Amino acid sequence: MASPQRPRQPFGAFALLGCVALSLSGCGTVAVLSPAGTIAEQNKELLLGALAIMLAIVIPTIIAIVGFAWWFRAGNPNARYRPNFEYSGQLELVVWSIPALTVLLLAGVIWVGSHKLDPAEPLEGKGDPLTVQVVSLDWKWLFLYPDQKIASVNQLVAPAGVPLKLELTSGSVMTAFFVPQWGSMIYTMNGMVTHLNLRADQPGDYRGTATQISGDGFSDMHFAARAVSAQDFASWIKGASIGQTGFDEAAYRELSQQGLARPEVRPLVDATLFDDIVSQKIPPAPGPTPDVRPTPGG
Amino acid sequence: MNWLGKLTWSAIPFDQPIPLVAGAVVVVVILGGVVYIVAKGWFPYLWREWITSVDHKRIGVMYVFLACVMLLRGFIDALMMRSQQALAYRSEGYLPPEHYNQIFSAHGTIMIFFGAMPFVIGLMNFVVPLQLGVRDVAFPTLNSVGFWLTASGALLVNVSLVVGEFSRTGWLPFPPLSETTYSPGVGVDYYCWALQISGIGTLLSGVNLVTTILKMRAPGMIYMRMPIFCWTALSSNLLIVAAFPVLTATLALLLLDRYLGFHFFTNTGGGNMMMFMNLIWAWGHPEVYILVLPAFGVFSSVVPTFSGKPLFGYRSMVMATLAICLISFMVWLHHFFTMGAGGDVNAVFGTLSAVIAVPTGVKIYNWLFTMWGGRVRFETPMIWSIGFMITFTLGGLTGVLLAVPPADFMLHNSMFLVAHFHNVIIGGTVFGAFAGLTFWFPKAFGFRLDETWGRWSAYLTIAGFYVVFMPLYAVGLQGMTRRIQHFDVPEWRLPMIIAAIGVLIALAGVVCQIITLFVSIRDRERLRDRVGDPWDGRSLEWSTASPPPFFNFAVLPQVDQEEEYWNWKQDAARRASLRPEPDYRDIEMPRNSATGVVSAFFATVMGFALIWHIWWLAGVAFVGAYITFVAFAWRDHDEDRVPADVLARADRENRAIRAEALKGYAPR
Repeated sequence: MASPQRPRQPFGAFALLGCVALSLSGCGTVAVLSPAGTIAEQNKELLLGALAIMLAIVIPTIIAIVGFAWWFRAGNPNARYRPNFEYSGQLELVVWSIPALTVLLLAGVIWVGSHKLDPAEPLEGKGDPLTVQVVSLDWKWLFLYPDQKIASVNQLVAPAGVPLKLELTSGSVMTAFFVPQWGSMIYTMNGMVTHLNLRADQPGDYRGTATQISGDGFSDMHFAARAVSAQDFASWIKGASIGQTGFDEAAYRELSQQGLARPEVRPLVDATLFDDIVSQKIPPAPGPTPDVRPTPGG
Repeated sequence: MNWLGKLTWSAIPFDQPIPLVAGAVVVVVILGGVVYIVAKGWFPYLWREWITSVDHKRIGVMYVFLACVMLLRGFIDALMMRSQQALAYRSEGYLPPEHYNQIFSAHGTIMIFFGAMPFVIGLMNFVVPLQLGVRDVAFPTLNSVGFWLTASGALLVNVSLVVGEFSRTGWLPFPPLSETTYSPGVGVDYYCWALQISGIGTLLSGVNLVTTILKMRAPGMIYMRMPIFCWTALSSNLLIVAAFPVLTATLALLLLDRYLGFHFFTNTGGGNMMMFMNLIWAWGHPEVYILVLPAFGVFSSVVPTFSGKPLFGYRSMVMATLAICLISFMVWLHHFFTMGAGGDVNAVFGTLSAVIAVPTGVKIYNWLFTMWGGRVRFETPMIWSIGFMITFTLGGLTGVLLAVPPADFMLHNSMFLVAHFHNVIIGGTVFGAFAGLTFWFPKAFGFRLDETWGRWSAYLTIAGFYVVFMPLYAVGLQGMTRRIQHFDVPEWRLPMIIAAIGVLIALAGVVCQIITLFVSIRDRERLRDRVGDPWDGRSLEWSTASPPPFFNFAVLPQVDQEEEYWNWKQDAARRASLRPEPDYRDIEMPRNSATGVVSAFFATVMGFALIWHIWWLAGVAFVGAYITFVAFAWRDHDEDRVPADVLARADRENRAIRAEALKGYAPR
């Protein structure tokens, strides 16, 4: 029957791969790990905490896999061959308890984290929360500020430190709203409203994006998320109403056609626009017309 | 009335060179292959011995062959995606969105449904009856129907390359994007009908294997003596039987929306896209365990064999397998934590998802302690296994990380997620499939695969995996979303270029696999397995000849303990003689049947006709399939008698070789 061959050493390859992974960690900003808002900060802490808990058993396990395979290689005269070793009650206990205890610890993290960081949970901050209604369209984002009476396309401006109360829906297909450095993502769905509470703490320009495939223009469906000072926010609001035509249902229907859009800010003249989109009084966007193709870079 | 429905010349992409050339090459290769086979006069042999065969071993080999072809096709999609994203920094790259979106949709669909699934089903089909010590599966003709329906689905997906278009909505067609309003083309219809047809094939195969394992074991093969591969096959097929009807029903609802104006998942009319999400993942999460459990079974066969000792903790392994089987049905919601369902729902599903890591972790430790005290031989199947143990542990880590809802809120739909599920599907199922392929290849064909080239392919594939997917993890943490066709964030560019280099390393691995096959066929005399036990095996499949006779065992083995064959071998070596010759009796084996291939032909035509709204043709094809079924049901002669002297001749020959081989065997 089979004659055992002389073993070779398969482990050099694995060591090399680890280096490749490490060499990558040095490049650029790591958006998810460079939070600029409280939710992103807390999500990150939880992520790293869970990672640390698991690494504590995963690293020894991987070392053991390599170590056992190496020590018990067929050619090693020092390793004791125990051809009938197949059961040990004590080892079994260890084998079940290590992952069970780890998961018990993680379950605590999951339970507390899910409740504390639920997107619908309101946040504290400087002053009253700012409500923004978000509508995802093919392939642009519409932000309605009901109290400030502003409609902004592809640009979400928020005062730093103020709690941001987002109500989200979709005027077309389902997609997801995400500003990595501010915090959690959430789906947008036509005929439904989801709730997301964020707070941008550090002023600056951040990247917001859609994360659920929504058609041919999906790759360009991002927006500027800007956290500004209270004065800058006030002047942005003021500037929006100067010399611009009002944003109403007709303007919305125009915008909901498939295609890309440039950022623009206009006064919101139709106070019930968001509710009309959610209640489908304004029907969902029509989808593709026969010759629509997204224009790149628009 | 238009006799061809929606089908016109504009369905052929004459204006798009890439799909047209790719499609033309595929058509030429297939037609060339068919012409060559007919010209060489091989067709009658193929028809008699393979196409109409109901032998589980032949069907298993055909499943794996189909899987390998489709893995290649899916890998070409992967090459295109990686090169597109490497070029797509502030550039459109070379694939416009409408084409790129088809490619990632086709890649996922093909890899899961026509690559991974047929591969594991093929291995189970080939190995399970041999390990159980029986001559065939419970429903041999049904088995053939199942295979050919899977092949039909694969064919339809590939037809979409040339005629019309494929789905652009991802590997799962999430509404409302997949509804007619937003996807008016035939792409989603190709997807749905291909999966409806192959899904029925998979369900039949599941029913067949569950029945086989429950009802058809060798005398004395009680459940707790079955090899772990049979346990994982049982669990996997139970999941198929429970989950695939959900897929079929979900896609049927989507088809009702698309064809008859229903409103299950539409924006309007009271439809709800989240119902689709729930239903598709109620199938989709068990599906990943359907894929990975058989791979766990492969490693549970490979690691003990190449460590020269029994599997550590057999009972634990059985318990862990069944626990995974059960819990896998309770975690589907973790695929959409970002729906906004609230803290309680997310916490429950997050916790249950993490709980699956317990039995999975136990499995890893049991394989680890199987090596403890062993004499580990690093032959190709074992290299895949060690690569798996390390890679899958990492994939499990990132998986549990994604089960923490607040972490998922940051990483859902990102490249991190893409890296995670490739980490477990490649690191688990694909490595397992290749370990199984190398391990059981000599059993199927009577010669081993070349070690040198086989090792190179394992090393390069494993290395390629890491160089592709470690950058994807990194870029996911940098906020890169999956499925984007171009981007303008400079930090993402370098990881995309490294990943493209990685996919070239993996390509080298694929090339080595192909070379392995050629070299092994060329050198088959050198690699010949004369005895039937090339690896010093432990379970019953190694007790018969390689390749096994069509009846597997001349006399069904009597099983008295776990690892019956290993103990039998030790015993025989100690006594320096085989067991006394058994009493050979006539047996009956099922006859070949063209039912599978004929009904699959009609199913393909029906699917194509439904996709293009050619109603009369769909009707004709349906009637054809039904008549095939009726003709089969009315057959009155379905088994052939195999006389005892045929069995005796084959068995005596193998016994003589084994008696000879036993002389050089040192018992443990």
